[in-house]
Amino acid sequence: MRTVSAEEAVAMIPNRARLMVGGFMGVGTPERLLDELVRQQKSELSLVCNDAAVPGKGVGKLIDASLVSTLTASHIGLNPKAQQQMMAKKIAVDLVPQGTLVERIRAGGCGLGGVLTPTGAGTIVEEGKRRIEVDGKAFLLETALRSDFALIHAFLADYLGNLAYVLTARNFNPVMAMAADTVIVTAEHIVPVGVIAPDHVVTPAPLVDYLVANG
Amino acid sequence: MDAQTLIARRVARELRSGNLVNLGIGIPTLVANYVPPELKVFFQSENGLIGTGPIPEQGMAHPHLTDAGGRPISALPGACTFDSAMSFGLIRGGHVDITVLGGLQVDAKGHLANWMIPGKMVPGMGGAMDLVTGAKRVIVAMQHAAKGKSKIVQTCTLPLTSSRPVDLVVTEFAVMGFAEGHIALLETAPGVSVAEVMAVTEADLLIPESVPEMKI
Repeated sequence: MRTVSAEEAVAMIPNRARLMVGGFMGVGTPERLLDELVRQQKSELSLVCNDAAVPGKGVGKLIDASLVSTLTASHIGLNPKAQQQMMAKKIAVDLVPQGTLVERIRAGGCGLGGVLTPTGAGTIVEEGKRRIEVDGKAFLLETALRSDFALIHAFLADYLGNLAYVLTARNFNPVMAMAADTVIVTAEHIVPVGVIAPDHVVTPAPLVDYLVANG
Repeated sequence: MDAQTLIARRVARELRSGNLVNLGIGIPTLVANYVPPELKVFFQSENGLIGTGPIPEQGMAHPHLTDAGGRPISALPGACTFDSAMSFGLIRGGHVDITVLGGLQVDAKGHLANWMIPGKMVPGMGGAMDLVTGAKRVIVAMQHAAKGKSKIVQTCTLPLTSSRPVDLVVTEFAVMGFAEGHIALLETAPGVSVAEVMAVTEADLLIPESVPEMKI
């Protein structure tokens, strides 16, 4: 794990990168990295995120700045700008049921080729997918998702990179921290090793490549 | 009593102590307001919380404690938090006893459509598909008609949320259930006749010999 500035962290991300961004309606999102992506105008990003947040918040900032070319998400209904850019075909949006989205990311991080889920069977979500019967029940084969970078926000990070989260800001963060080639983390507080008790570490330090320095 | 309150109060009567319950946005959210205090129900918010409490007082909100719409909420004593994989494991894995969701259409076979209107409104399904597929019991809480058109239809014309049929539909006119794959009238709202329900319903309702009045 290396400690970097937000500027250095984002400088590593090329245009057209595939990004997973933690957060749920902008809660538990690495806002400083998103601000820096906008400042450095990284463009044509392929984004995997639960939702499109709202304009001015979370990944909504990337959409405001027209930096996103594809968005894989479960819900974009609370961001009118995301809807407009989808209708104008500026963003290709792939809508995925939320439980399927998180399991595809989990599969990507856990070395699985995908998962079998009953969700979506018999609906338009099934189109183009393999249906597999197990014990007489219909499942869809949903393939694994990975990305070049995962941008993660934690509550606590220790000097080694062990992470703990708070309340509903955990959401997709620990799952995405498994599923990217490079993991970049911001944290509310950076604390000495030992402050996070071993039983309270949610994301183990070896998963974290870069920790963005505070202040 | 307005339609939304009537629906929410009737749905609240379906909850039992110890139930793990997930409420969707809109009318379903109101259900929590009508649960008697002696009933100990666990409410789940799919962004990672069991034990949701009321909206905090002014100045007491925590930026990292919100409902699935991103609005500040509180957590009750005994609450717990978890990541999205656990949250949807609970939902898909049949650990949620009851989910209450809004609807655009429900058809005679119990199929629900509630996540898009092609060409008009494409917000995404969020957690709705997993909830309908995985919850033990699915209750739809919605107004009976929209713009004068019945939302209880013979066959859904909008994209389905799940191939799994729902269990109960509560509107300001009636409570409806599904017996052997067909919709049946179970209760009428106070002051509403069976004939009035049939008049505002597109689907062919099975009408039992006696239909009790909804208790709220």
